[in-house]
Amino acid sequence: MPSMTMIQALNSALADKLADDADVLIFGEDVGYFGGVFRVTAGLQERFGLQRCFDAPIAESGIIATAIGMGAYGLRPVPEIQFADYILPAYDQLVSEAARLRYRSSGEFTAPITVRSPYGGGIFGGQTHSQSPEAIFAHITGLKTVIPSTPYDAKGLLIAAIEDDDPVIFLEPKRLYNGPFDGRPDQQVPGWHGHPAAEVPEGLYRIPLGKAATVREGEAATVLAYGTMVHVALSAIEECGIDAELIDLRSIVPLDIDAIVASVQKTGRCVILHEASRFGGFGGELSALVQERCFYHLEAPVERVCGWDTPYPHAFEWDYFPGPARLIKALRRVTGEA
Amino acid sequence: MRSRYKYAVSNAPVLRPNRLPLRLHIPEPVARPGEAAHFGNLALAEAGAVARPDIDTVEADVRHLPYTLIRVLDDDGHAVGPWAPGLDAEQLIAGLAAMLRTRIFDDRLFRAHRQGKTSFYMKCTGEEAIAVAQSMALGRNDMCFPTYRMLGWLMARDYPLDALVNQIFSNAADPLAGRQLPILYSARDYGFYSLSGNLGSRFGHAVGWAMASAYRGDEGIALGMVGDGTTAEGDFHEALTFAAVYRAPVILCVTNNQWAISSFTGIAGAETATFAAKALAYGIPGLRVDGNDFLAVWAATQWAAERARANLGSTLIEFVTYRVAGHSTSDDPTQYRPKDEADHWPLGDPVDRLKAHLIAIGVWDEERHAALTKQLDDEVKAAVKAAEAVGTLGASKPPVGEMFECVFKDADWRIDEQRTELGL
Repeated sequence: MPSMTMIQALNSALADKLADDADVLIFGEDVGYFGGVFRVTAGLQERFGLQRCFDAPIAESGIIATAIGMGAYGLRPVPEIQFADYILPAYDQLVSEAARLRYRSSGEFTAPITVRSPYGGGIFGGQTHSQSPEAIFAHITGLKTVIPSTPYDAKGLLIAAIEDDDPVIFLEPKRLYNGPFDGRPDQQVPGWHGHPAAEVPEGLYRIPLGKAATVREGEAATVLAYGTMVHVALSAIEECGIDAELIDLRSIVPLDIDAIVASVQKTGRCVILHEASRFGGFGGELSALVQERCFYHLEAPVERVCGWDTPYPHAFEWDYFPGPARLIKALRRVTGEA
Repeated sequence: MRSRYKYAVSNAPVLRPNRLPLRLHIPEPVARPGEAAHFGNLALAEAGAVARPDIDTVEADVRHLPYTLIRVLDDDGHAVGPWAPGLDAEQLIAGLAAMLRTRIFDDRLFRAHRQGKTSFYMKCTGEEAIAVAQSMALGRNDMCFPTYRMLGWLMARDYPLDALVNQIFSNAADPLAGRQLPILYSARDYGFYSLSGNLGSRFGHAVGWAMASAYRGDEGIALGMVGDGTTAEGDFHEALTFAAVYRAPVILCVTNNQWAISSFTGIAGAETATFAAKALAYGIPGLRVDGNDFLAVWAATQWAAERARANLGSTLIEFVTYRVAGHSTSDDPTQYRPKDEADHWPLGDPVDRLKAHLIAIGVWDEERHAALTKQLDDEVKAAVKAAEAVGTLGASKPPVGEMFECVFKDADWRIDEQRTELGL
């Protein structure tokens, strides 16, 4: 089985869907001849032709509007928004149109589109190339939001997203594109090669949306994470030696509530980890759900370890980033080891 | 308080010789309530005066069209000039009937709102020619991305009247199951895309739809519609960019009815330029058309459709018309425009003009017109009565479980739990 980086796995998913379904097409800024600024669409235009993978004007709202029209027609467009920070001009299209079209037309028109976009920091991208906007999509009913953490998951989830009949926001943790970054910027990041989840099959396979993965079983506490933070959490757990269970949500809508509840009821403790700023972040929703469903099992307050409530700060990137040290402190607090 | 700056800034104007102080310009219409209404600023042209270019004429040779006005029907009811579409009497009478049905329906349902039978209504009085002529000029495989003043599209395709009224009443037979505001219809089988209250956001969908049809090598084209006010939205310009870049088989239209709620066209940027002229910068043809002239609307739509079908790309059409009624049932236009402004509108009434044309060509008379009006009135009355039998707003509604349908194709646990929480 070939070993792939996350970029190669995403590229493989797109290539396999282009080959599989003539209704799939890709467009976005710089995705055509050039193959995308992160190379996720590299070679697809050459292999599948101009009409299957082409450049779009720098107009994110227009890109999503066009994709919705294509989706309503019956195609399965996979538009790329170059950075998740640039998705905001298209927010009205996603909220007022993609998420509402099925509802308001009683299913006469739908928007089966998959919006791919790299998110997250850790690349010295400053405030316009680093944000994690997942919460603003999770809040919008009618949208699904998927965030992979490994090459294997990235391919299986992207294929499932493209085949899904509802609009999907597919956020790609750009810090994981080339290796399982664990939140330690002072250390060399290993590449994906050799990582078990970098073994990616050729051909189509699906990971159902809404199914979390238990990355590490444990008894002492539950850590809920997705995207880049899955690797940060694993590294932190290994460093501190606390026997925590690590759940990779993989998609936040639909959310695998059963996996969350089962784990927290078992461990009695919960730490939520995300890179987005804390106030109003998705961690608040997770915390509320855990409180509502696991209150009598909880031995300690639910903790959130998140980015600070500031814009993404360029020079202070690693002071902002919720790295292993902060998670370890939180794990020690909830387990009473502090 | 002392200035932080070494050199304090004085508020007193210090003007260089021969320079006027800058002045902020706020556009104002020619007349407000109590003032004399007129449309002296509206550039017109004689019926038949504008040449009709071949559809494959290069854009560079049609750049004069946004600044003239394509008209076919003259003041005597004759169809004149190269744009006359050559329709037969049957088509013309069908068009008249659809326009009349629209107007009668609007009047009756507006009254139904005043009687408390629904929460909201919007009329298209004075604009009926646009939707009806376009509906008839385009084909069954084409898709209209409408504004909320395009009831005529459905009327021209014989959409069932009682289904419209059921939607307006949000009653148990509402085809949209109580989930959408009155008149924001969706009718895929009739080539009518799902409406929403914000108009610009679907202009780009029309372009995407058209691109999809071209991508598949199909035959259908798309028709995108916005009003004059919406041309200021970024959505409008992004849609035009995509339409031009990919030569999408789409007709993009601006219904310029002079008013965006209470804002006149100058606020949307048309104090000196026309809306059709927006096409110039995108390198696509822009037509400015008499929107109260059924034949001109038909002809312009057909010209743009032929170009789209020949892979020659998109066209922007401005239909010049007048919003005779208020913006909606929540609006009172006498608050911001002269009460009698409609009487001064120079392009007349679209129903009267098509009727005069039918009489002029000898296929129509007052007697037949009165009979048709009576027949349509009866049809509308019967539809309203049938819908009232199901129930008006509040007296009847779809099962409340419909609230939870169609959020996703398959509901997730949140929807399931909340349905249970509501006791369903």
